[in-house]
Formats: sequence, C-alpha cells, structure tokens
Amino acid sequence: MVRVRRPDLVVIGAGPAGLGAALAACDAGLKDVMLIERDVELGGILPQCIHDGFGSIVFGETLTGPQYAQRYIDRLEKSDVEVKLNTMVLDLRPDRSLTAVNSRDGVMEIRPKAVILAMGCRERTRHQILIPGYRPAGVVCAGAAQRDINIEGLMPGRRVVILGSGDIGLIMARRFTLEGAEVEGVYEIMDHPGGLTRNLVQCLHDYDIPLHLSHTVTFIHGRKRVEAVTVSRVDENLKPVPGTERLVPCDTLVLSVGLIPENELSKRAGISLDPATGGPVVDERMETSVEGIFACGNVMNVFDLVDYVTHTAETAGRSAAEYVLQGIRKRGECLRVRPGRNVKFVVPQLLRGYGEEAHFYFRVSRPERAVRARLSSGDLLLAERKIRMVRPPEMVRLKADPERLKEALARGELDVQVVPEEETKGRQG
Amino acid sequence: MRRKHAFTCINCPLSCALELTEEDGEVLEVTGHECEVGRRYAEEEFRDPRRTVTTTVRVRNGVIPQLPVVSTRPMPEALVREAVKALADVEVDAPVRDGQVIYRDLLGTGADIIAARRLDPRSRADEEG
Repeated sequence: MVRVRRPDLVVIGAGPAGLGAALAACDAGLKDVMLIERDVELGGILPQCIHDGFGSIVFGETLTGPQYAQRYIDRLEKSDVEVKLNTMVLDLRPDRSLTAVNSRDGVMEIRPKAVILAMGCRERTRHQILIPGYRPAGVVCAGAAQRDINIEGLMPGRRVVILGSGDIGLIMARRFTLEGAEVEGVYEIMDHPGGLTRNLVQCLHDYDIPLHLSHTVTFIHGRKRVEAVTVSRVDENLKPVPGTERLVPCDTLVLSVGLIPENELSKRAGISLDPATGGPVVDERMETSVEGIFACGNVMNVFDLVDYVTHTAETAGRSAAEYVLQGIRKRGECLRVRPGRNVKFVVPQLLRGYGEEAHFYFRVSRPERAVRARLSSGDLLLAERKIRMVRPPEMVRLKADPERLKEALARGELDVQVVPEEETKGRQG
Repeated sequence: MRRKHAFTCINCPLSCALELTEEDGEVLEVTGHECEVGRRYAEEEFRDPRRTVTTTVRVRNGVIPQLPVVSTRPMPEALVREAVKALADVEVDAPVRDGQVIYRDLLGTGADIIAARRLDPRSRADEEG
C-alpha cells in the first residue's frame, strides 16, 4: 500500500539551495515543509568543499564550505521542517505530485501544494567531451575526487594530470599536492584560465604547479589503470595541432570540464528549460513554467558564488509560501528579459511584475575592462553598475526597484547590456 | 642587492600584474597596481604572505570518515605544507562539536585548528536515516 502524503511544500535537494529555500518558506509562515535529500546528510556539495572563501556576501566573512552549511543546518534543526534523508525522488509530474522512495517509508506518493526544485548540478564527464583512448580506471571528475579525499579519506591517485582550469580543478590541484600526490600540470583548452585569479595564485602559483593554456588531452593510455595521457596544443578553433603531442606519464586524470544543471525531474514535470542556462525558465519569484513549481540555485543556472544560490533560494522559499498561504498566482502578463551587448544570458528570464524588487544575474560573453552593466527599458534606466573588469567566470548582479519594474512592464521591454565606460566621464567614480 | 618580485593581485577581477622592487628587504617601489589595495597586497605578499589552512583529519566512528578543519587565523604561507603534514596523523572521536579545538597553537604560530562542522557518531545518524 503506497502512503499518500500531503505537505504544503516539498523541497527537492538539501544543498545550500534546498536548505535556504526550506528555511525561507518556514520564515514566511509555512508550517508543513518536507525537505527531501538523497544523500546520508544535509549540505549537498558544501561538506566536501573544505577550502575557505564562502559567504562573503551573505555573512560578511569568509567561511569554509562545511561552516557555511553548518549555519543553515543549525537553523534547520530548530525549525519544523521534516527532513527525509537517504530518500530519492523517482518522479515529478505536471500536477506537482511526486513519487519518492527510501528504505524506511518505502514508496511514498506525495501531493504537495507547492514544489521547489533544488537539485543542483552535476559534473560533465569524459564521455561528454569525447576524449579518445582506452577506458581504464583512474579517470575521475574533480568533484568526485574531492569527495574521495575530503569525505572518504581515500586518495584517487599519486601522479595526477588535471584537465580544465575551472575553480574545482584548481582547488583539487592544491588539495592533491597537500595530500602528497604529484600534480604534473593543469591543461586548459581555452587561451585563458577558467577559474578565479585568487585560485590561480593560491592553488597553482603557491605550489609551483604549471598551467598550460590552449592545451588539451588527446589520448588516454592504459588498459586497466591510467598509465599516461597524450596532451596536445590546440589552434584558435580549439583543434589539436598535429606534431605538438607530448606523452605525460600519470596514474590519474582529473576532469574539471564543466557543470550541468540536473533537470531530469524538471523534464518529467514538463517544465520549460532555457538552452542558454540548461535550467528552468523562471520569473522574478523563481516560479517555473509549471504553476506552483519553483526553482533555485544551480539547478536553474550554475552560479559562481554560493551566496547567490542562497539569495535565489530565499526568493523561491518566500514565493512558494506566498503561493500556498496567500494564493498569489502567476500573472499571465510577462516580459522576456533580453540579453544585449556582451551578455551571454540572464536569470531570471522573465519579469511578471508583482510589486516587489527583483534581482537579475548575468554572465558576460567575453572579458572587458571599464564598463557599465545596465538594466534598462528604452530610455528608462532601472539599474546600473560601474565595473572595472568583467569576466565570464564571474556573474554580475543587478537590483531593480518595484516602481521602475512596473514601468518597464508597461513599456514592454527590458534589456541587460554591458556598455563601455564613456571616455569623457573618465575614472572619477 | 636590488631585486624585483612579481605578484598577481587577487583582490578584484582586474588581476593587476604587480612588480615590487626591494633592496635588502626594504620595499622601494610597487608598480602595475590600479589602486591602493594592490600596492598593499604586493607588500604583504613580499613581507609576510599568509593563508588560511584547511584540511581534514580522520574521525573514528563518525557519520563520515573525515572531519574538515580550519585554522583560526591565517598562517605564514611557507608553513602551510608542514601544517597539513602535522595534521595528517591526527585522529579524533565522534561526536565532534562545530568549532571544537582539534589542535592548539599549530607550529607555534598561535593559530588553533578547529572543526569546521559538527560531526555526529555513526550509529545516531543511521537511526535518523
């Protein structure tokens, strides 16, 4: 006999997004909140991110990942949120009903009044970037290696090559080194590093680990265990240049080649996804195309800072509570936010206008110095920030007030763009 | 003797390429910085570079096998490897309180090493599951 549960809200995933959303929903007055997590404990990826640098915006101090998670876990334990650990959501349907399973409750049929998606993201693997060669043990994603070392206390290898210079790759270069492994080098297919300068300095430079830009791994050697990789230089079209091959002996290849929002459940529920972000299309209240289903954190777009994940989670939690308690329904009217000059994408993608302030997050397409980030509707300026340097790895956030958003909605256009700082204005700002 | 040292500023996305000139340890000049923060950073990195130390120690009977730990203040950069090595043999028993001191005054730096989370014993966590 399948048990049917009818909570006010189900939050799927108990990482920083799910924790923040569940707490915000409680704070907004929701009583019956269920938080579902497939892992054995709360916190998502944070417990394994043992380095510091988290929370400078939310807490005004830098914390390690476990410390950041602990602050929310402590609050959650004092709340009335019902936590289901070791529990897997098997299905989510357009009517918001879910099927979940664990070894204690068995199969549960859950029919909540609202759902928040907080499933986060997962790592891109070898098979998604098509590295030729054999298929030996020892090819591991950076986050998986991080879990092995920091949670399980296991060393994935002793002689390591890292492909990809995103922040996780750089952090793992340092971690492997401190744990006694030899990191031969970090290889990056692009002609610029993917991670923050802070990590280039403190993870690579501090430990004399070389970074090879415009290089990639073109073959994996070894029948049972990785024995070596071939690395090659790439041309401006990112194609390997014949004759530049070099054989690098190693026992482990660590991949830090991107993150993908995890939206299998969103697809089952028929939620519209944005090809630019890989996550659900949401409005400023974080509501998806399916009524009563909200999304926040890395499931909607891979953020650079956990602080932003928390902000979107708090918006989603508050909105879900308002949906359930006050019956605030999605407005039919909506405006699509247009990414303009040097803007790759913007989240939220839609503005509906609920008389509240709204935050918009975006990434640039290319690095640019001395710019203004602008949110505008024709000649009406909603928000503007002067920025000395923008880079694709770092997201930019703009805040707009309710009055101007209302005006933009009436005008029927809203654009985000990055414009060069006018020479005449100089640098006095 | 007059020498030059190169640093990359980490304080904002500009990532200024800094060059510090010194003579017998006395800073003569910093160039390449776009603001005062960059100049100060170059001097700190030359005189006394410091880093917050984070690593893990083994925990007996915990819900997970490793406990993340962090230094209560930044330590001299040159001591980071030694600090992590010194902590490699440390073992603690669950339960561990968040902020519990795991190692006092590491390498005489005055920095304590504390638990970066609460860590419950295995049995209790299993019952909750």
